[in-house]
Amino acid sequence: MNWEVIVPLLAFLIGMFLVGIYTSRKVESGSGFLQDYFLGGRHLGGFVLAMTMVATYGSASSFIGGPGIAYKLGLGWVLLAMAQLVTGYFTLAVLGKKFAIVARKIDAVTLIDFLKARYENKWVVILSAASISIFLFSSTAAQWIGGGRLIESFTGVSYPVALLIFSFSVLVYVIAGGFRAVVITDTLMGIVMFVGTLIILAGTIIAGGGVPHIISTLAAENPNLITPFGADKSLTPLYVSSFWLLVGIGVVGLPQISVRAMSYKNSKAMHQAMIIGTFVIGFIMLGMHLTGVFGRVVIPGVEIGDKVMPMLALKVLPGWLAGIVLAAPLAAVMSTVNAILLIVSSSIVKDIYINYIKPEASQQSVKRLSFSVTAIIGILVFIVSLYPPDLLIWLNLFSFGGLEAAFIWPVVLGLYWKRGNAAGAVGSIVTGVLSYVLLDTFAPNLWGMHTVVVPVALSLAAYVILSLISKNSAQSSLGKQGII
Amino acid sequence: MDPRFKISNREALMGIGLAVLNFIWWYAFSYGLGGKPVKEYHYIWGLPAWFFYSCVAGFIVFSILVYIMVKFFFTEVPFEDVPDLENLKEEKR
Repeated sequence: MNWEVIVPLLAFLIGMFLVGIYTSRKVESGSGFLQDYFLGGRHLGGFVLAMTMVATYGSASSFIGGPGIAYKLGLGWVLLAMAQLVTGYFTLAVLGKKFAIVARKIDAVTLIDFLKARYENKWVVILSAASISIFLFSSTAAQWIGGGRLIESFTGVSYPVALLIFSFSVLVYVIAGGFRAVVITDTLMGIVMFVGTLIILAGTIIAGGGVPHIISTLAAENPNLITPFGADKSLTPLYVSSFWLLVGIGVVGLPQISVRAMSYKNSKAMHQAMIIGTFVIGFIMLGMHLTGVFGRVVIPGVEIGDKVMPMLALKVLPGWLAGIVLAAPLAAVMSTVNAILLIVSSSIVKDIYINYIKPEASQQSVKRLSFSVTAIIGILVFIVSLYPPDLLIWLNLFSFGGLEAAFIWPVVLGLYWKRGNAAGAVGSIVTGVLSYVLLDTFAPNLWGMHTVVVPVALSLAAYVILSLISKNSAQSSLGKQGII
Repeated sequence: MDPRFKISNREALMGIGLAVLNFIWWYAFSYGLGGKPVKEYHYIWGLPAWFFYSCVAGFIVFSILVYIMVKFFFTEVPFEDVPDLENLKEEKR
């Protein structure tokens, strides 16, 4: 075991653990448990909001998978990753003040609260809660497996033990602290991710003998590595551009991101978050993927993409510094997982149980239920991560694009188009999910674009057409009250 | 209509406008300059010019544009319902 690397990592895990326990006291003493646990009480300042969005969005793929592909394909993949710069400002600008104001007027805590009040339809709620639970559960499990593998590779303990360490640390602070603990740990993790990027980029440039030397070495090996088209010329402009929809503007439809747009304290916080978030996400994406490309000169011949970043960190940095840098992907995984865990349990407790099973449940029993549902989901994820079933891996493939195709129009048009109604929303969710799954299975990357493009277009068509032709196109009650 | 929604709608359109500009900048520099044969590439700070302008300069320019948009064109409004909402002026800070 490499103790020099393990000590900083361990310190990081214990730090998160303490934060979870500390913030849990604040939840205990506060009023309005549901709002506090799932939303942090709408008190997020600008810096915290920006960091929590960055940390939720930045996952294992930003730190391990993405740079691994950049290592193979060259600067073209960095260009593709930079489509993510817009996520920093686009979601907040589009959902913006209107979503925050409407959420306060109708007292919404989750994305589904908003959909329920907007469409007043049981099927919208049930379909949304079901797709959120299924897709996000599978993507949590995938991230969970990634977290276990990371700990396994740094520490040398066996995979089940690594998974147990990971699950334990995540669950303690999510269950104890809820959203408030999650946003505070997210903030710390966002800082770790930012600093880690800076260190490893600098270390790699120095080890590679400076940028001009690295680029000329790459060009000598294969000139395509420094073109926008990728080492094997597989990155066409159309394909790369279609990622603007998948990882750029489509992110508006992801529930774990849009719930953030309900939680800011005031418009000043929102403004600050846009400025800070754009800068931080741009820096991390540019820095990490560029490091992957430069790493090709420092450690040539790595076959497995996912091993590039850990090997690079150990090669170019002193052990203790490598420990800090490797805490970054772990931070990314943990912060994504805990946000998702909370969304899944909120859609079960709040959106299904309180809405349809027991509306008169007391504060105390809701509280107990929230803790136990979060714990049960966590334990379930742990069990399936030990021996991941094929179904789970299959479902995870759709979770990102599938959720976007399902929710982008019911949320955005629900907010800005008065004629939109329940028929349109149900049609949009069903069309989006089904066409995504079918296309991805039978005709992936149709017409040279990423699979997400066609389902998003189809779900827009379904939303608009069904809203216009359904008889019940009278104004919704939110519209009548002037809330939308 | 709630007067705050007018502000919100205008800002949402500005966000979309900025994203469109961002895309054009990114696309024009990368495929405009990067589509040439590698032998004809220019280099800035050791990086190919297409990459420098599209990704490095693009990142810096759009971070600054977001700052300008938010500081000078976005309006601060209260999120809670306030009694004198009707008198809310579109004041810029």
